[in-house]
Amino acid sequence: MSLVYAGVCSHAPGITGRADLCENTEKRDEFYAQLDKQRQDIEDSGAEALIVVAAEHFANFFMNNMPAFCIGIGAEYQGPIEDPEWLKISKTAVPGAPDLGTRITREVMQTVDVAYAEEWKFDHGIMVPLNFLTPNYDLPIIPVNINCQGPPLTPLHRAWEFGLALRRSCDAVPEKVALVGTGGVSHWPATPDSGKINEEWDRRFLGQLMRQDKEAVLGYSDQETYAQAGQGGYEIRTYIATAAAAGGLGELQFYTAELPIFAVGVTVGRFDIAA
Amino acid sequence: MSLYYLQKFLYVLNRDEGAQKKYQNDLEALLGDFDLTDEEADALRKGDIGLLYVLGVNGQILMHYAAFLGIEWFDYLDMMRKGIEEHGPVRAGVYTMTGEGESFTEEEKSR
Repeated sequence: MSLVYAGVCSHAPGITGRADLCENTEKRDEFYAQLDKQRQDIEDSGAEALIVVAAEHFANFFMNNMPAFCIGIGAEYQGPIEDPEWLKISKTAVPGAPDLGTRITREVMQTVDVAYAEEWKFDHGIMVPLNFLTPNYDLPIIPVNINCQGPPLTPLHRAWEFGLALRRSCDAVPEKVALVGTGGVSHWPATPDSGKINEEWDRRFLGQLMRQDKEAVLGYSDQETYAQAGQGGYEIRTYIATAAAAGGLGELQFYTAELPIFAVGVTVGRFDIAA
Repeated sequence: MSLYYLQKFLYVLNRDEGAQKKYQNDLEALLGDFDLTDEEADALRKGDIGLLYVLGVNGQILMHYAAFLGIEWFDYLDMMRKGIEEHGPVRAGVYTMTGEGESFTEEEKSR
């Protein structure tokens, strides 16, 4: 039928893995409540499948064969690859949507040279969102990856075009499809600077994103992003693709820099689906 | 090119349960599958997070490896800082330390 929901959320492993270490439990729980609202919104949309546009972290793709974009068309996925005790998410099987994923991939290919994969192991980049958004793992998932990790990275304007292609593909299938882009704004994950957050940069970027200011969000150079927002800032590609797919104005439902134990400015947002 | 294989070793280890078993049962054989320098192989034998960080291993790969080794989060951060103290700045890649090694969370400061 069409794209019925589009939103964004953070995926940092600390969100689940370091939940118990977090001292600001009030803010943490406020964030969790917003994720639960996002779960409810997806459920209320009647979505029959969920596309997760992610920035995976070398769970599947390495520099021996790194696609700019990849769509999962497998029947089932396993995750997390990380130690479940560390991530605080049990290893589980997640249902895929092979037929729908294949049809979407076929349509995306009309304008974007996307790779596809029937095998995919989920890392925190997908498992943390699913832990909140489909806690029973009963909604078929179509994983999508944009290369935000191994330079040369996918150009921002291509991420935008990819989002448009995903939208066109969703609108061409009879099923109701939801889409969540999951990444970070400024952060310096997995380094001694973990917990560093550039709130001003985050709010500026997210404001531009929510206003659908295409020129502004595509205007960030990787050098500028790295200097101001760290290597984690490269993950804005997932948010950009989501905004492009939705086409409508966004609502930043939650943002805080007050949970540095999660090592990112945690974010939840949604977009109107433009006609 | 060696950093490539050092990271590939960890990439394979992080995602492949077969490689994880080999790591536990016959580490030398697993190391032999990759074109590593003596320094890199030794860092892997010791699980030397600090040196691996300085050598330029991507933080995401390194973080998952540290989790595999059962290293607690704040200990992991500390090991990277000590690696820099001992071996100097990160030699390659984009996961360099940008601060002076300070902690950015109250939770770690109050530990």
